[in-house]
Amino acid sequence: MGRGLFGILGPPMIGPSSSHTAGAARIGLMCRSIVQADIAEVTFFLHGSFANTYKGHGTDRALVGGLMGMQPDDERIIRSLDVAKKEKIKINFVKTDLGNVHPNTVEAVITSKNGETASIVASSIGGGEINLVSINGFHADLSGNYNAIIVRHKDKVGMISKITNMFEKNNINIVSLSNNREKKGQTAITIIEMDGELSPNMLTDISKTADIYSVSNINKI
Amino acid sequence: MYSNANELKDLCDRSGKKIWQVAIEVESEYNETTIDEIRQKIKENIDIMRQACNKTLKKEIPSISGLTSGMAKKIFSYMGKDNAIFSKEILKSVAYSLSCFEVNTSMGKIVAAPTAGSCGILPGCLFMLAEKINAVDDDLINAFITAAAIGTIIEKNATLSGAEGGCQAECGSASAMAAAAMTEMLGGSVEQCLHAGSMAITNVMGQICDPIAGLVEIPCAKRNAIGVVNAILCADMALAGIECFVPFDEVIVAMYEVGKALPATLRETGIGGLAGTPTGVAARRKIFGE
Ligand code: SF4
Repeated sequence: MGRGLFGILGPPMIGPSSSHTAGAARIGLMCRSIVQADIAEVTFFLHGSFANTYKGHGTDRALVGGLMGMQPDDERIIRSLDVAKKEKIKINFVKTDLGNVHPNTVEAVITSKNGETASIVASSIGGGEINLVSINGFHADLSGNYNAIIVRHKDKVGMISKITNMFEKNNINIVSLSNNREKKGQTAITIIEMDGELSPNMLTDISKTADIYSVSNINKI
Repeated sequence: MYSNANELKDLCDRSGKKIWQVAIEVESEYNETTIDEIRQKIKENIDIMRQACNKTLKKEIPSISGLTSGMAKKIFSYMGKDNAIFSKEILKSVAYSLSCFEVNTSMGKIVAAPTAGSCGILPGCLFMLAEKINAVDDDLINAFITAAAIGTIIEKNATLSGAEGGCQAECGSASAMAAAAMTEMLGGSVEQCLHAGSMAITNVMGQICDPIAGLVEIPCAKRNAIGVVNAILCADMALAGIECFVPFDEVIVAMYEVGKALPATLRETGIGGLAGTPTGVAARRKIFGE
Protein backbone atom coordinates (compact mmCIF):
# COMPACT_ATOMS: atom_id res chain seq x y z
CA MET A 1 0.00 0.00 0.00
CA GLY A 2 3.08 2.24 0.10
CA ARG A 3 2.66 5.37 2.17
CA GLY A 4 -1.05 5.67 1.37
CA LEU A 5 -3.00 8.82 0.64
CA PHE A 6 -1.22 10.87 3.30
CA GLY A 7 2.17 10.03 1.89
CA ILE A 8 0.99 11.94 -1.18
CA LEU A 9 -1.07 14.66 0.48
CA GLY A 10 1.30 15.60 3.24
CA PRO A 11 3.07 15.98 5.46
CA PRO A 12 2.04 19.43 6.65
CA MET A 13 5.38 21.19 6.97
CA ILE A 14 7.31 24.41 7.01
CA GLY A 15 8.82 24.98 3.56
CA PRO A 16 10.64 25.13 1.33
CA SER A 17 11.96 21.57 1.02
CA SER A 18 10.82 18.32 2.61
CA SER A 19 14.36 16.99 2.71
CA HIS A 20 16.21 20.21 3.54
CA THR A 21 13.68 21.69 5.95
CA ALA A 22 11.14 19.15 7.28
CA GLY A 23 13.75 16.36 7.45
CA ALA A 24 16.23 18.73 9.09
CA ALA A 25 13.70 19.63 11.78
CA ARG A 26 13.16 15.94 12.46
CA ILE A 27 16.92 15.43 12.77
CA GLY A 28 16.96 18.24 15.34
CA LEU A 29 14.13 16.53 17.23
CA MET A 30 16.01 13.25 17.10
CA CYS A 31 19.11 14.93 18.60
CA ARG A 32 16.98 16.38 21.38
CA SER A 33 15.45 13.00 22.05
CA ILE A 34 18.89 11.34 22.24
CA VAL A 35 20.61 13.95 24.39
CA GLN A 36 17.77 14.56 26.89
CA ALA A 37 19.73 17.21 28.80
CA ASP A 38 19.93 21.00 28.78
CA ILE A 39 22.10 21.98 25.87
CA ALA A 40 24.89 24.55 26.09
CA GLU A 41 26.43 24.45 22.63
CA VAL A 42 25.93 22.69 19.30
CA THR A 43 28.10 22.61 16.22
CA PHE A 44 26.41 21.33 13.09
CA PHE A 45 28.84 19.93 10.52
CA LEU A 46 26.94 20.08 7.24
CA HIS A 47 27.72 17.75 4.37
CA GLY A 48 26.88 17.70 0.64
CA SER A 49 23.69 19.43 -0.40
CA PHE A 50 23.07 20.40 3.23
CA ALA A 51 26.38 22.29 3.15
CA ASN A 52 25.73 23.86 -0.25
CA THR A 53 22.16 25.05 0.18
CA TYR A 54 21.48 25.31 3.91
CA LYS A 55 21.11 29.08 3.96
CA GLY A 56 18.59 29.27 1.14
CA HIS A 57 16.59 26.27 2.36
CA GLY A 58 16.51 27.32 6.01
CA THR A 59 18.15 24.00 6.98
CA ASP A 60 19.98 25.85 9.76
CA ARG A 61 16.74 27.18 11.28
CA ALA A 62 15.03 23.81 10.90
CA LEU A 63 17.84 21.88 12.63
CA VAL A 64 17.87 24.36 15.51
CA GLY A 65 14.05 24.47 15.64
CA GLY A 66 13.92 20.69 16.02
CA LEU A 67 16.59 20.83 18.69
CA MET A 68 14.39 23.28 20.61
CA GLY A 69 11.45 20.88 20.34
CA MET A 70 9.66 22.39 17.34
CA GLN A 71 7.82 19.95 15.03
CA PRO A 72 8.37 20.17 11.21
CA ASP A 73 5.10 22.14 10.87
CA ASP A 74 5.82 24.61 13.69
CA GLU A 75 5.68 28.16 12.39
CA ARG A 76 8.23 29.30 14.95
CA ILE A 77 10.97 27.48 13.02
CA ILE A 78 11.73 30.61 11.01
CA ARG A 79 12.72 32.38 14.26
CA SER A 80 14.48 29.44 15.90
CA LEU A 81 17.97 30.96 15.76
CA ASP A 82 16.72 33.92 17.83
CA VAL A 83 14.99 31.57 20.25
CA ALA A 84 18.25 29.66 20.74
CA LYS A 85 20.14 32.89 21.31
CA LYS A 86 17.63 33.97 23.94
CA GLU A 87 18.04 30.65 25.71
CA LYS A 88 21.83 31.20 25.58
CA ILE A 89 22.50 28.13 23.46
CA LYS A 90 25.57 28.63 21.32
CA ILE A 91 25.05 27.41 17.74
CA ASN A 92 27.73 26.99 15.06
CA PHE A 93 27.53 25.82 11.46
CA VAL A 94 30.53 24.37 9.67
CA LYS A 95 30.62 23.09 6.10
CA THR A 96 32.42 19.80 5.91
CA ASP A 97 32.89 16.54 4.04
CA LEU A 98 31.63 13.56 6.03
CA GLY A 99 32.80 11.08 3.39
CA ASN A 100 30.67 8.44 1.74
CA VAL A 101 27.26 9.34 3.19
CA HIS A 102 23.90 10.50 1.82
CA PRO A 103 24.14 14.02 0.28
CA ASN A 104 21.85 15.48 2.96
CA THR A 105 23.80 14.53 6.06
CA VAL A 106 24.77 16.42 9.20
CA GLU A 107 26.90 15.67 12.21
CA ALA A 108 25.73 17.44 15.37
CA VAL A 109 28.28 17.76 18.14
CA ILE A 110 26.32 18.66 21.23
CA THR A 111 27.69 19.83 24.57
CA SER A 112 25.22 19.69 27.44
CA LYS A 113 25.22 22.01 30.42
CA ASN A 114 26.36 19.05 32.54
CA GLY A 115 29.55 18.96 30.45
CA GLU A 116 28.79 15.79 28.47
CA THR A 117 29.26 15.79 24.72
CA ALA A 118 27.58 13.68 22.08
CA SER A 119 28.18 13.30 18.37
CA ILE A 120 25.15 12.41 16.28
CA VAL A 121 25.24 11.79 12.53
CA ALA A 122 21.94 11.67 10.61
CA SER A 123 20.71 11.92 7.02
CA SER A 124 17.55 13.38 5.55
CA ILE A 125 16.58 10.81 2.95
CA GLY A 126 13.60 12.46 1.23
CA GLY A 127 9.97 13.33 1.88
CA GLY A 128 10.84 14.35 5.45
CA GLU A 129 12.06 10.84 6.31
CA ILE A 130 15.35 10.61 8.18
CA ASN A 131 17.90 8.02 9.09
CA LEU A 132 20.19 8.13 12.08
CA VAL A 133 23.66 7.00 11.02
CA SER A 134 25.67 6.95 14.22
CA ILE A 135 25.82 8.06 17.83
CA ASN A 136 29.25 8.75 19.31
CA GLY A 137 30.86 6.78 16.51
CA PHE A 138 28.64 3.72 16.97
CA HIS A 139 26.70 2.74 13.90
CA ALA A 140 23.02 3.24 14.77
CA ASP A 141 20.22 2.71 12.29
CA LEU A 142 17.04 4.53 13.39
CA SER A 143 14.16 6.15 11.49
CA GLY A 144 12.57 8.05 14.36
CA ASN A 145 9.23 6.57 13.32
CA TYR A 146 9.13 4.24 16.36
CA ASN A 147 10.04 4.47 20.00
CA ALA A 148 13.44 2.95 20.51
CA ILE A 149 16.05 2.15 23.12
CA ILE A 150 19.79 2.20 22.86
CA VAL A 151 21.49 -0.24 25.22
CA ARG A 152 25.23 -0.16 25.87
CA HIS A 153 26.43 -3.42 27.31
CA LYS A 154 29.33 -5.84 27.57
CA ASP A 155 30.02 -7.71 24.37
CA LYS A 156 29.37 -11.29 25.45
CA VAL A 157 27.19 -14.32 24.78
CA GLY A 158 23.49 -14.09 25.64
CA MET A 159 23.14 -10.33 26.14
CA ILE A 160 20.69 -9.80 23.30
CA SER A 161 18.42 -12.62 24.37
CA LYS A 162 18.40 -11.26 27.94
CA ILE A 163 17.08 -7.97 26.55
CA THR A 164 14.61 -9.47 24.09
CA ASN A 165 13.23 -11.81 26.78
CA MET A 166 12.19 -8.75 28.72
CA PHE A 167 10.34 -7.47 25.68
CA GLU A 168 8.55 -10.79 25.36
CA LYS A 169 7.62 -10.84 29.03
CA ASN A 170 6.10 -7.37 28.73
CA ASN A 171 4.35 -8.24 25.48
CA ILE A 172 6.08 -5.54 23.42
CA ASN A 173 6.66 -6.22 19.75
CA ILE A 174 10.13 -5.51 18.36
CA VAL A 175 10.13 -3.75 14.99
CA SER A 176 13.88 -3.84 14.37
CA LEU A 177 17.00 -4.79 16.23
CA SER A 178 20.62 -4.03 15.48
CA ASN A 179 23.78 -4.79 17.37
CA ASN A 180 27.32 -3.52 16.95
CA ARG A 181 30.45 -3.69 19.02
CA GLU A 182 33.51 -1.58 19.50
CA LYS A 183 35.94 -4.40 20.04
CA LYS A 184 35.45 -8.07 20.83
CA GLY A 185 34.71 -8.59 24.52
CA GLN A 186 34.34 -4.87 25.24
CA THR A 187 31.39 -2.51 24.74
CA ALA A 188 28.57 -3.31 22.34
CA ILE A 189 25.48 -1.33 21.52
CA THR A 190 22.03 -2.78 20.82
CA ILE A 191 19.31 -0.65 19.29
CA ILE A 192 15.70 -1.78 19.35
CA GLU A 193 12.73 -0.14 17.67
CA MET A 194 9.34 -1.21 19.03
CA ASP A 195 5.59 -0.91 18.66
CA GLY A 196 4.23 0.92 21.70
CA GLU A 197 6.58 2.01 24.45
CA LEU A 198 8.50 0.76 27.47
CA SER A 199 7.17 1.35 30.97
CA PRO A 200 9.52 3.12 33.41
CA ASN A 201 9.69 -0.14 35.38
CA MET A 202 10.87 -2.08 32.40
CA LEU A 203 13.51 0.54 31.66
CA THR A 204 14.83 0.22 35.21
CA ASP A 205 14.79 -3.57 34.96
CA ILE A 206 16.87 -3.46 31.80
CA SER A 207 19.35 -0.96 33.20
CA LYS A 208 19.78 -3.04 36.38
CA THR A 209 20.64 -6.19 34.43
CA ALA A 210 24.20 -7.41 34.92
CA ASP A 211 26.68 -6.20 32.27
CA ILE A 212 24.36 -3.51 30.96
CA TYR A 213 26.11 -0.15 31.26
CA SER A 214 23.39 2.25 30.16
CA VAL A 215 19.97 2.43 28.53
CA SER A 216 18.59 5.44 26.74
CA ASN A 217 15.04 5.77 25.69
CA ILE A 218 14.46 7.54 22.37
CA ASN A 219 10.92 8.70 21.77
CA LYS A 220 9.56 8.55 18.27
CA ILE A 221 9.44 11.91 16.55
CA MET B 1 -6.52 -2.80 -3.30
CA TYR B 2 -5.11 -1.41 -6.53
CA SER B 3 -1.53 -1.05 -7.63
CA ASN B 4 -2.06 0.70 -10.94
CA ALA B 5 -4.64 2.76 -12.78
CA ASN B 6 -6.09 -0.21 -14.60
CA GLU B 7 -6.85 -2.00 -11.35
CA LEU B 8 -8.32 1.17 -9.88
CA LYS B 9 -10.58 1.53 -12.91
CA ASP B 10 -11.67 -2.12 -12.62
CA LEU B 11 -12.57 -1.64 -8.96
CA CYS B 12 -14.57 1.46 -9.84
CA ASP B 13 -16.30 -0.19 -12.80
CA ARG B 14 -17.27 -3.30 -10.87
CA SER B 15 -18.71 -1.40 -7.92
CA GLY B 16 -20.06 1.61 -9.77
CA LYS B 17 -18.05 3.80 -7.40
CA LYS B 18 -16.00 6.91 -8.06
CA ILE B 19 -12.24 7.05 -7.59
CA TRP B 20 -12.49 8.80 -4.22
CA GLN B 21 -14.91 6.19 -2.88
CA VAL B 22 -12.66 3.28 -3.78
CA ALA B 23 -9.54 5.12 -2.57
CA ILE B 24 -10.91 6.00 0.84
CA GLU B 25 -12.16 2.44 1.40
CA VAL B 26 -8.78 1.01 0.49
CA GLU B 27 -6.99 3.52 2.72
CA SER B 28 -9.29 2.75 5.62
CA GLU B 29 -8.80 -0.99 5.27
CA TYR B 30 -5.03 -1.02 4.82
CA ASN B 31 -4.12 1.63 7.35
CA GLU B 32 -6.73 0.56 9.89
CA THR B 33 -8.28 4.00 10.21
CA THR B 34 -11.93 4.95 9.95
CA ILE B 35 -13.34 6.81 6.98
CA ASP B 36 -14.26 9.68 9.30
CA GLU B 37 -10.70 9.95 10.58
CA ILE B 38 -9.35 10.05 7.04
CA ARG B 39 -11.81 12.75 5.99
CA GLN B 40 -11.01 14.77 9.09
CA LYS B 41 -7.27 14.60 8.42
CA ILE B 42 -7.78 15.65 4.79
CA LYS B 43 -9.89 18.54 6.01
CA GLU B 44 -7.10 19.68 8.33
CA ASN B 45 -4.68 19.59 5.40
CA ILE B 46 -7.16 21.54 3.27
CA ASP B 47 -7.35 24.24 5.95
CA ILE B 48 -3.56 24.65 5.93
CA MET B 49 -3.51 24.77 2.11
CA ARG B 50 -6.34 27.27 1.99
CA GLN B 51 -4.48 29.65 4.27
CA ALA B 52 -1.33 29.28 2.19
CA CYS B 53 -3.22 29.88 -1.07
CA ASN B 54 -4.55 33.19 0.25
CA LYS B 55 -1.65 34.46 2.32
CA THR B 56 0.34 36.40 -0.30
CA LEU B 57 -2.48 37.48 -2.63
CA LYS B 58 -2.46 40.96 -1.15
CA LYS B 59 0.73 41.01 0.88
CA GLU B 60 4.23 40.31 -0.39
CA ILE B 61 6.33 37.96 1.71
CA PRO B 62 9.90 37.61 0.42
CA SER B 63 11.53 34.19 0.15
CA ILE B 64 14.27 33.13 2.56
CA SER B 65 16.88 33.43 -0.17
CA GLY B 66 15.65 36.91 -1.10
CA LEU B 67 15.47 35.90 -4.78
CA THR B 68 11.70 36.17 -5.31
CA SER B 69 8.55 37.74 -3.93
CA GLY B 70 5.23 39.24 -4.91
CA MET B 71 4.26 37.07 -7.90
CA ALA B 72 0.91 35.99 -6.46
CA LYS B 73 0.03 39.57 -5.64
CA LYS B 74 0.85 40.73 -9.16
CA ILE B 75 -1.32 38.13 -10.87
CA PHE B 76 -4.10 38.58 -8.32
CA SER B 77 -4.37 42.29 -9.04
CA TYR B 78 -3.97 41.77 -12.80
CA MET B 79 -6.63 39.11 -13.24
CA GLY B 80 -9.92 40.29 -14.63
CA LYS B 81 -8.31 43.32 -16.32
CA ASP B 82 -9.29 44.06 -19.91
CA ASN B 83 -5.89 43.09 -21.25
CA ALA B 84 -5.77 39.73 -19.56
CA ILE B 85 -5.89 36.88 -22.05
CA PHE B 86 -6.77 34.11 -19.62
CA SER B 87 -10.11 34.19 -17.82
CA LYS B 88 -10.28 35.53 -14.30
CA GLU B 89 -10.80 32.01 -13.01
CA ILE B 90 -7.68 30.60 -14.58
CA LEU B 91 -5.57 33.49 -13.33
CA LYS B 92 -7.08 33.19 -9.86
CA SER B 93 -6.09 29.56 -9.86
CA VAL B 94 -2.54 30.58 -10.82
CA ALA B 95 -2.53 33.26 -8.09
CA TYR B 96 -3.58 30.69 -5.48
CA SER B 97 -0.82 28.33 -6.54
CA LEU B 98 1.80 31.10 -6.47
CA SER B 99 0.65 32.23 -3.04
CA CYS B 100 0.94 28.70 -1.72
CA PHE B 101 4.38 28.43 -3.27
CA GLU B 102 5.51 31.78 -1.83
CA VAL B 103 4.44 30.64 1.62
CA ASN B 104 6.65 27.62 1.03
CA THR B 105 9.74 29.63 0.03
CA SER B 106 9.28 32.04 2.94
CA MET B 107 9.34 29.18 5.46
CA GLY B 108 5.61 29.25 6.10
CA LYS B 109 3.35 26.24 6.58
CA ILE B 110 2.23 24.18 3.57
CA VAL B 111 1.20 20.63 2.75
CA ALA B 112 3.41 18.68 0.37
CA ALA B 113 1.18 17.75 -2.60
CA PRO B 114 2.92 15.53 -3.56
CA THR B 115 6.14 17.47 -2.80
CA ALA B 116 6.94 20.85 -1.31
CA GLY B 117 8.25 22.09 -4.66
CA SER B 118 4.95 21.34 -6.38
CA CYS B 119 2.73 22.29 -3.43
CA GLY B 120 0.75 25.02 -5.22
CA ILE B 121 -0.68 23.14 -8.20
CA LEU B 122 -3.29 20.90 -6.62
CA PRO B 123 -4.81 23.37 -4.13
CA GLY B 124 -4.60 26.19 -6.70
CA CYS B 125 -6.75 24.19 -9.11
CA LEU B 126 -9.18 22.66 -6.65
CA PHE B 127 -9.93 25.80 -4.62
CA MET B 128 -10.65 27.75 -7.80
CA LEU B 129 -12.95 25.04 -9.18
CA ALA B 130 -14.75 24.60 -5.86
CA GLU B 131 -15.57 28.31 -5.87
CA LYS B 132 -16.57 28.30 -9.51
CA ILE B 133 -19.08 25.47 -9.12
CA ASN B 134 -20.07 26.28 -5.51
CA ALA B 135 -18.83 22.91 -4.28
CA VAL B 136 -19.33 22.14 -0.60
CA ASP B 137 -16.49 21.09 1.70
CA ASP B 138 -17.33 17.40 1.30
CA ASP B 139 -16.92 17.63 -2.47
CA LEU B 140 -13.56 19.27 -2.00
CA ILE B 141 -12.44 16.54 0.37
CA ASN B 142 -13.49 13.95 -2.23
CA ALA B 143 -11.50 15.76 -4.91
CA PHE B 144 -8.33 15.78 -2.78
CA ILE B 145 -8.78 12.06 -2.15
CA THR B 146 -9.05 11.34 -5.88
CA ALA B 147 -5.92 13.43 -6.49
CA ALA B 148 -4.01 11.61 -3.79
CA ALA B 149 -5.10 8.23 -5.19
CA ILE B 150 -3.62 9.17 -8.57
CA GLY B 151 -0.44 10.23 -6.75
CA THR B 152 -0.13 6.87 -4.97
CA ILE B 153 -0.26 5.10 -8.33
CA ILE B 154 2.51 7.28 -9.75
CA GLU B 155 4.63 6.79 -6.64
CA LYS B 156 4.21 3.04 -6.81
CA ASN B 157 5.01 2.64 -10.51
CA ALA B 158 7.28 5.59 -11.23
CA THR B 159 8.56 8.41 -9.01
CA LEU B 160 7.43 11.72 -7.57
CA SER B 161 10.91 13.02 -6.86
CA GLY B 162 12.66 15.69 -8.92
CA ALA B 163 16.02 14.25 -7.92
CA GLU B 164 15.03 10.91 -9.42
CA GLY B 165 12.80 11.87 -12.33
CA GLY B 166 13.09 15.58 -13.04
CA CYS B 167 10.33 18.16 -12.72
CA GLN B 168 7.96 16.07 -14.85
CA ALA B 169 7.85 13.72 -11.84
CA GLU B 170 7.06 16.47 -9.32
CA CYS B 171 5.08 19.19 -11.05
CA GLY B 172 3.96 16.85 -13.84
CA SER B 173 2.51 14.43 -11.29
CA ALA B 174 0.87 17.23 -9.30
CA SER B 175 -0.68 18.43 -12.54
CA ALA B 176 -1.97 14.94 -13.36
CA MET B 177 -3.44 14.60 -9.87
CA ALA B 178 -5.19 17.96 -10.22
CA ALA B 179 -6.44 17.22 -13.74
CA ALA B 180 -7.99 13.92 -12.70
CA ALA B 181 -9.57 15.40 -9.58
CA MET B 182 -11.09 18.34 -11.47
CA THR B 183 -12.46 15.99 -14.11
CA GLU B 184 -14.19 13.95 -11.43
CA MET B 185 -15.49 17.10 -9.69
CA LEU B 186 -17.12 18.10 -12.98
CA GLY B 187 -18.83 14.74 -13.40
CA GLY B 188 -16.33 13.06 -15.70
CA SER B 189 -16.10 9.26 -15.83
CA VAL B 190 -13.20 7.32 -14.31
CA GLU B 191 -11.85 6.83 -17.79
CA GLN B 192 -11.99 10.56 -18.48
CA CYS B 193 -10.17 11.25 -15.21
CA LEU B 194 -7.36 8.95 -16.27
CA HIS B 195 -7.21 10.51 -19.74
CA ALA B 196 -6.89 13.93 -18.11
CA GLY B 197 -4.07 12.67 -15.89
CA SER B 198 -2.25 10.96 -18.75
CA MET B 199 -2.44 14.05 -20.92
CA ALA B 200 -1.12 16.26 -18.12
CA ILE B 201 2.02 14.15 -17.79
CA THR B 202 2.34 13.73 -21.54
CA ASN B 203 2.37 17.51 -21.94
CA VAL B 204 5.40 18.01 -19.70
CA MET B 205 7.23 14.79 -20.40
CA GLY B 206 10.95 15.45 -20.23
CA GLN B 207 10.64 18.54 -18.06
CA ILE B 208 13.93 18.84 -16.22
CA CYS B 209 14.63 19.83 -12.62
CA ASP B 210 17.10 22.73 -12.68
CA PRO B 211 16.61 24.89 -9.60
CA ILE B 212 18.89 27.91 -9.45
CA ALA B 213 21.45 27.62 -6.65
CA GLY B 214 19.89 24.24 -5.84
CA LEU B 215 17.02 26.01 -4.08
CA VAL B 216 13.40 24.99 -4.52
CA GLU B 217 12.41 28.42 -5.84
CA ILE B 218 13.41 29.35 -9.42
CA PRO B 219 12.00 28.16 -11.80
CA CYS B 220 9.75 26.16 -9.47
CA ALA B 221 7.17 28.92 -8.87
CA LYS B 222 6.48 29.19 -12.59
CA ARG B 223 6.45 25.42 -12.98
CA ASN B 224 3.61 25.51 -10.46
CA ALA B 225 1.84 28.15 -12.52
CA ILE B 226 2.11 26.18 -15.76
CA GLY B 227 1.18 23.04 -13.84
CA VAL B 228 -2.13 24.67 -12.96
CA VAL B 229 -2.85 25.76 -16.52
CA ASN B 230 -1.82 22.36 -17.85
CA ALA B 231 -4.18 20.61 -15.43
CA ILE B 232 -7.10 22.85 -16.34
CA LEU B 233 -6.48 22.35 -20.04
CA CYS B 234 -6.27 18.56 -19.68
CA ALA B 235 -9.44 18.37 -17.57
CA ASP B 236 -11.27 20.39 -20.20
CA MET B 237 -9.88 18.26 -23.04
CA ALA B 238 -10.90 15.05 -21.29
CA LEU B 239 -14.38 16.35 -20.52
CA ALA B 240 -14.72 17.41 -24.15
CA GLY B 241 -14.10 13.79 -25.09
CA ILE B 242 -10.45 13.95 -26.15
CA GLU B 243 -8.53 10.83 -25.20
CA CYS B 244 -4.89 10.16 -24.50
CA PHE B 245 -3.62 7.61 -27.03
CA VAL B 246 -1.31 5.91 -24.52
CA PRO B 247 -3.00 4.68 -21.31
CA PHE B 248 -2.12 6.16 -17.91
CA ASP B 249 -0.11 3.19 -16.63
CA GLU B 250 2.10 3.25 -19.71
CA VAL B 251 2.50 7.01 -19.63
CA ILE B 252 3.84 7.03 -16.09
CA VAL B 253 6.29 4.22 -16.79
CA ALA B 254 7.50 6.16 -19.83
CA MET B 255 7.83 9.26 -17.64
CA TYR B 256 9.91 7.25 -15.18
CA GLU B 257 12.16 5.91 -17.95
CA VAL B 258 12.65 9.42 -19.32
CA GLY B 259 13.47 10.64 -15.80
CA LYS B 260 16.10 7.98 -15.29
CA ALA B 261 17.61 8.81 -18.67
CA LEU B 262 18.06 12.46 -17.68
CA PRO B 263 21.65 13.28 -16.78
CA ALA B 264 22.24 13.99 -13.08
CA THR B 265 22.93 17.64 -13.93
CA LEU B 266 19.23 18.00 -14.76
CA ARG B 267 17.88 16.23 -11.68
CA GLU B 268 17.80 18.68 -8.77
CA THR B 269 21.54 19.09 -8.50
CA GLY B 270 21.40 22.78 -9.34
CA ILE B 271 24.06 22.31 -12.03
CA GLY B 272 22.43 22.19 -15.48
CA GLY B 273 19.56 23.95 -17.21
CA LEU B 274 18.69 27.38 -15.81
CA ALA B 275 20.95 26.76 -12.81
CA GLY B 276 23.93 26.56 -15.14
CA THR B 277 23.28 29.83 -16.98
CA PRO B 278 25.57 32.78 -16.19
CA THR B 279 22.64 34.39 -14.35
CA GLY B 280 21.93 31.22 -12.40
CA VAL B 281 25.57 30.80 -11.44
CA ALA B 282 25.83 34.46 -10.40
CA ALA B 283 22.75 34.08 -8.18
CA ARG B 284 24.32 31.07 -6.50
CA ARG B 285 27.51 33.02 -5.82
CA LYS B 286 25.58 35.93 -4.41
CA ILE B 287 23.49 33.85 -2.01
CA PHE B 288 26.22 31.60 -0.78
CA GLY B 289 29.02 34.14 -0.93
CA GLU B 290 31.22 31.73 -2.88
S1 SF4 C 1 12.40 22.38 -10.88
FE1 SF4 C 1 12.93 20.72 -9.51
S2 SF4 C 1 12.89 21.60 -7.45
FE2 SF4 C 1 11.76 22.97 -8.81
S3 SF4 C 1 9.61 22.28 -8.66
FE3 SF4 C 1 10.51 21.26 -10.43
S4 SF4 C 1 11.20 19.31 -9.57
FE4 SF4 C 1 10.87 20.66 -7.81
